[in-house]
Amino acid sequence: MSVEPDKVVEPVETTAVPLLHGAPLTDSFGQAVLHVTREQYTDVMCRLADDGYTVAIDLTAVDYLEFAGRVLPDGVEPERFEVVVNLLDLVNRKRLRVRVQVPEAEPAIPSLFDLHPGTEAFEREVFDMFGIDFTGHPDMTRILMPEDWDGHPLRKDYAIGEIPVQFKHVGAR
Amino acid sequence: MSDTTIDPGAPWTTLAPTEQTGEGAQEMKRRSELGPRELLREVGSVLRMSEAEVAKLGELPPAPDEDQTMIINMGPQHPSTHGVLRLMLELQGETVLRCKPIIGYLHTGMEKTGEQLTYMQGGTNVTRMDYLSPFFNELAFSMATERLLGIDGDIPERAVWMRMLLSELNRMSSHLLFLATNGMDIGAVSMMIYGWREREEVLRFFQKVTGLRMNHNFIRPGGVAADLPPGWRDDVLRLLDMIPPRLDEYDVLMTGQPIWRERLQGVGVITPDEALALGATGPVLRSTGVAWDLRRDLPYLHYDEVDFDVIVGSYGDAFDRYAIRLNEVRESMKIVRQILDRMPQGDYRVQNKKVTPPPRARIDESMEALIHHFKIFTEGFKVPAGEVYVGIESPRGELGCYIASDGSATPYRMHMRAPSFAHVQCLPHMMRGGLVADAVAVISSVDPVLGDVDR
Repeated sequence: MSVEPDKVVEPVETTAVPLLHGAPLTDSFGQAVLHVTREQYTDVMCRLADDGYTVAIDLTAVDYLEFAGRVLPDGVEPERFEVVVNLLDLVNRKRLRVRVQVPEAEPAIPSLFDLHPGTEAFEREVFDMFGIDFTGHPDMTRILMPEDWDGHPLRKDYAIGEIPVQFKHVGAR
Repeated sequence: MSDTTIDPGAPWTTLAPTEQTGEGAQEMKRRSELGPRELLREVGSVLRMSEAEVAKLGELPPAPDEDQTMIINMGPQHPSTHGVLRLMLELQGETVLRCKPIIGYLHTGMEKTGEQLTYMQGGTNVTRMDYLSPFFNELAFSMATERLLGIDGDIPERAVWMRMLLSELNRMSSHLLFLATNGMDIGAVSMMIYGWREREEVLRFFQKVTGLRMNHNFIRPGGVAADLPPGWRDDVLRLLDMIPPRLDEYDVLMTGQPIWRERLQGVGVITPDEALALGATGPVLRSTGVAWDLRRDLPYLHYDEVDFDVIVGSYGDAFDRYAIRLNEVRESMKIVRQILDRMPQGDYRVQNKKVTPPPRARIDESMEALIHHFKIFTEGFKVPAGEVYVGIESPRGELGCYIASDGSATPYRMHMRAPSFAHVQCLPHMMRGGLVADAVAVISSVDPVLGDVDR
């Protein structure tokens, strides 16, 4: 029952990692995670859709700028960004998470729009918040932030920012 | 005074809405500036059409005049847009040809804020996202945190049942508010008063339990914040006695009324394929006949031990979505009755010194307890590195919480999968070809919460 948060999770040895569509399949707290490369991404997503993962329920990204030491299966090069897609199989009632490494030098990844049109808004949100370009997306514009905004707020090197509050009419009291 | 001069004689129509405000490319373009890909996004994507077919769809219906469409702007201050949703509509006469939702007016960077707050404080942040169902936000966040901590199996029974009780009552209050606003949007103004009145009764119970009507921060990692107050059972029973006859009144007032049915039936139709492709969940998906409810299909808490029905529609129209929510209130009451029977005695939070602060009485007598309490509330507790996604069935659909942890006391990344965010992108498909007056009914039937959309 006791929790040991400081315990470092040992990476699973190479031989034990099973493959699904040529990509390593790992387990994260009881949830299935598939690590695909950018080159495999579109192809694997199509095959997963054929396997029954017909709904892309969520698409988001993580900026791992300040946390380089994360555990990844062997053969997966850690990059700065990671696009995370949560898939849902309605028939067999299971979930699968797909993680794709996206390098900082070329933050771009193919869009899932043709396969899962429902990711349209989610991809726009990731573009807005992380500056990751989804090639093939029909409308790659900002969705939450104003059009003329500089920077991508959820990147780790984007300051939280403070707005200096100027109390007006203080002297007038 | 600004230095721009306005020619009073200039016709106002020369300015496109895109020129009147400064947001540029997010907005709907004039038809003459459209490329086929833009049309594909708006009409053809879900239907898996070729670009040629889409271009044909994008052509205007036959009409005597050339260029007879008009782009109008609806919202963000429009009263029926449930907050600050803004729609650009292209109209031909009264028919909606295209619709583009524009969101972000309520964006406050809550996911960024969530990275600065400890897991202990995170609940105060997430509870404000979908402000009509705060318990669900807290529940998703807490379940994700507990999963990372590895204590998801250790939550005491009473806490689990309390979470279910509050969730189902919250589902009732949220749906009652939907019935109120849906009635108001469509013209049954008295329904607005009734819906808010019943919701207030539920919120009164929440206030008694948590101290607050909304934004409770009551469900926390490790359990809940406090035990149920004395007399809670009588309060819940009073609610369960009071609401069913009032739901029957709603049936008389709305469900059976020919005007109500005319107004909603066949409006805002979405097919099962479209709904699934667009990531719709909850009542929007169930209205198309897809019986998908996470409480039954991927059970969490103890939903596999209670008996309830998943309400599905068959036409995917606004009336089905209304009827589903109305009947889900009844199903929730059925669940609440079972929870009342099964509510166990015991602890309301996990007794794990890492995540649980010591009881108040211990602080008076033990220095260590005081230090422990202080450290938990200032530094928080560390959560093992890793990433996890937890999805639950909120009143609006699948509410998911994705947390990536780097082993510190704050989430490295906290993302909420908001059902309303996915549902807003269903609006263009539901509105296409309908009347502009039905646009209001369609927005209302989707029940978006803009705090959830923009976060």
